Amino acid sequence: MIVGIGLSDAPRAPHLDTLGHHVQSIQRALADAGIEKRAIDGYLCAGMEGGAAEVVAMAEYLGIDHRYVDGTMTGGSSFEFHVQHAAAAIRDGLCDTVLVSYGSDFLSRRGRTLGTGGFRVGRVSGPDLYQAPFGLSLVGGYALVAQRHRHEFGTTSEQLAEIAVGVREFAALNPGAMYREPIAVADVLASRVIADPLHLLDCCVVSDGGGAFIMTTAERARDLRRKPVRVLGAAGAQTHWNITQMPDYTTSAGAKCIPEAFARAGVRPSEVDTLQFYDSFTITVLVMLEDAGFCKKGEGGAWVQQGHLRRGGRHPLNTDGGGLSALHSGMRGIFLICEAVRQLRGEGGAAQVPDAKLALAVGSGGWLSCIGAVVLGRD
Amino acid sequence: MEVVRGQKWDRPGLAPGALDRHFFEAAARGSLLIQRCAACGHRQFYPRQLCTACAGEPVWETASGQGLVHTFTIVRQNGMPPFKDLLPYAVAMIELDEGVRMMGNVTGCPVDQVKIGLRVEAYAVECEPGLAVPFWRPA
Repeated sequence: MIVGIGLSDAPRAPHLDTLGHHVQSIQRALADAGIEKRAIDGYLCAGMEGGAAEVVAMAEYLGIDHRYVDGTMTGGSSFEFHVQHAAAAIRDGLCDTVLVSYGSDFLSRRGRTLGTGGFRVGRVSGPDLYQAPFGLSLVGGYALVAQRHRHEFGTTSEQLAEIAVGVREFAALNPGAMYREPIAVADVLASRVIADPLHLLDCCVVSDGGGAFIMTTAERARDLRRKPVRVLGAAGAQTHWNITQMPDYTTSAGAKCIPEAFARAGVRPSEVDTLQFYDSFTITVLVMLEDAGFCKKGEGGAWVQQGHLRRGGRHPLNTDGGGLSALHSGMRGIFLICEAVRQLRGEGGAAQVPDAKLALAVGSGGWLSCIGAVVLGRD
Repeated sequence: MEVVRGQKWDRPGLAPGALDRHFFEAAARGSLLIQRCAACGHRQFYPRQLCTACAGEPVWETASGQGLVHTFTIVRQNGMPPFKDLLPYAVAMIELDEGVRMMGNVTGCPVDQVKIGLRVEAYAVECEPGLAVPFWRPA
């Protein structure tokens, strides 16, 4: 059961560093749940720069006396994997009350360099030897996927743009979103090309921001102040890490793990009321929609043009304005969980999906490398 | 494959371990190497200490240096030197005739002529004495 969520100040928060984002999110999640910090006996986190010992260093800093700890780092999807792991740990009695947190001051500290600054300078080793000399940007990695999808299935820039336009509609309803002005498909196509075929508006924002959520047993959840949200099914899978190793440039590991998460939940795609999908780029969403089974492989472009993902559609996508328009501080997966919970509690405000009972959160980490899927339901 | 020497190398430098060093040293001698499993025949790239299919022992194999563009992008924005001065440029996944894929730049033609299915051949550029990196151009 997810019983508390918290987001730190965003999308621009020059007064907070990475730790500050963790701390503020955690304080807000504890207050939201009505849980005292000393009740936390499981802790999970992941970040881009904390190194291998990040989770235990964070546990020390926060003063968490844990019985269960996990620092699984799969990139932006880490927190979907964390839900899977935490749910299993709670079910197995390894711990009772789990905190998951994330923080990043990426925009304030580094600016908008993540997508087009290149990955690193200096001497490289390992798999980087076979990619760093060629100057592929992060955006370019996803462009390799978009280009192949276009080649095999005729997917158009207009179809990809539809995803960005729909998400921007929700951003307009979120006072905390980075960009709120409505856009049309023509605006996406008129924005400059960053890496063919991806335009500027096919790409997510770079922001600051952190998030946290708290999970506990069904029994404890009953005594808490918030309507709990149930984890109905969670699954994760990996096809590669480096983009050079992607086995099929039109299919992600979501083709394995999203159906598995659905099966665990006993839910079909058509039943899901809102989608919280990792929208680092429009193509990320398109590939994972197909992999989830909302339509057949290759038909995603035509499917999104039918309006399913829009406000008022059958499966509204990224009701907080997504990474494409609202909030993306490097590893967006935690915001997918927080927004799904907000919708299932009926706290979505103007962006509320009427009577939302089921949500699907799908995180993508790396370069469509590690996919984590979580089906959540109103209890 | 042809080896181009004496060009200034300001791209990221290489710090290869022993296995990787063998690949870049071979490239500097004009050979494009991939791996084939001695046990199951599976081919793979990048080089590893085991076969990803069966955990067997990979051996080196000299590839033809010929392949097709499997997918690609034209990078039009990149703030990192030296790439910011090379824009726009093509980065592709090349599917070798042997079946494995390698990333590389497609050079020697205008970027708008790079297409999926374009037939390309490898050449190597020496990045420091004794080590070279494969690049690609239309065959």
